[in-house]
Amino acid sequence: MAVFDITKENFEQKVLASPVPVLVDFWAPWCGYCLRLGPAVAQVAAEEDGRLAVGKLNIDDAPELAARYGISSIPTLILFKNGQACPPVVGPSGKGGIRAYLSEQGL
Amino acid sequence: MAELYDVAVLGAGPGGCTAALYAARAGLRAVVLEQLSAGGQMADAPLIENYPGFPEGVGGFELGQLMQQGAERAGAEFRLAQVTGVQLAGPVKRIETDSGPLEARTVVLATGAGPRTLGLAGEDTLRGRGVSYCAACDGMLYRGKTVAVVGGGNTAVGDALHLAKLAAKVYLVHRRGTLRAAPVYRQALDAAGVEIVWNAKPAALLRGADGRLTGLRVADTASGAARDIACDGVFAAIGRVPDTALFRGQVELDAAGYLLADETTRTSVPGVFAVGDARAKAVRQVVTATADGAAAVHFAQEYLTEQGGGPA
Repeated sequence: MAVFDITKENFEQKVLASPVPVLVDFWAPWCGYCLRLGPAVAQVAAEEDGRLAVGKLNIDDAPELAARYGISSIPTLILFKNGQACPPVVGPSGKGGIRAYLSEQGL
Repeated sequence: MAELYDVAVLGAGPGGCTAALYAARAGLRAVVLEQLSAGGQMADAPLIENYPGFPEGVGGFELGQLMQQGAERAGAEFRLAQVTGVQLAGPVKRIETDSGPLEARTVVLATGAGPRTLGLAGEDTLRGRGVSYCAACDGMLYRGKTVAVVGGGNTAVGDALHLAKLAAKVYLVHRRGTLRAAPVYRQALDAAGVEIVWNAKPAALLRGADGRLTGLRVADTASGAARDIACDGVFAAIGRVPDTALFRGQVELDAAGYLLADETTRTSVPGVFAVGDARAKAVRQVVTATADGAAAVHFAQEYLTEQGGGPA
């Protein structure tokens, strides 16, 4: 599945209530490294289709969600399982870094 | 058998993209391996104002995309892959990646550099919870807060000035009694209200019960006296380290880990070239990286001709 957009309106339903684990990419359009990581995030989403949903959350549009999850550096990726946030990974090196994070979280 | 390329470029920053462009235009079969979008460190810069041809400046990420598009249009291939190992000796070089191996007759090492860490206990776990290496990326998240920038060069001062526009209070922690940054910056720091902590060396990252950063302990370089600076964020701007660990033992490096090569970009291994910030050189700029890319392909062609057989 393609990477979908997470907003403060759909966060509850698409992330917290999701039947499959959701990887949330906290990013912003002015963050160069966030943009550079985009293709790796998209590739993980394509490869894990069905097992994992992957969404992007623009922290400028949802600062309260960024604050709730203690985001102080982006990109930060957080895996949500059954509505629960796993410990985050900050600025993973690429697809390998994202995969390592997912396996650390038992996915 | 793995695919054989004329030129494999490791890294898609400005040096790597330029090498790919020149190689493809020379009729060589070229591939670029990169685990992120093109642009390298340049892509983290909101605005590049010293790359000629862009009078209004250009976004670093955008410029990376343009460089990749130019190389692709000329016929170079870009692959999203992480390089996990190299064998650089001999006429056919082998490159292992997380998406399979490939072979190449020449290799351009364009892996760039990354931020130097402070080397303090717990720094790893505080990354993204108070410790940052990119003021341009993370400054917005410290709006109205107190931050400390560590360093005394142009980057550190630039970061402090950027953060002063956002944060309530900015400290600049420097281990010397004078700045290495250009003198013109000193006045700007004073005007921006940045408090400079002179002759101070970071000693410890302080954290609260919730694990978040609460401050930075610094030690006076003369007396050793400690001082705790309460802050919500620490931005390290103490230089960069080259991303060359994969090549250690195969290619000659200098003491700091930079790839040894002169203006020809030829390394100690025939058929292997070093471009951009990973190369030992005096001036690290986008324009010097792109210049390296062109030089690398010139000498790669010369090498391939000497080897005989023409392009693969």
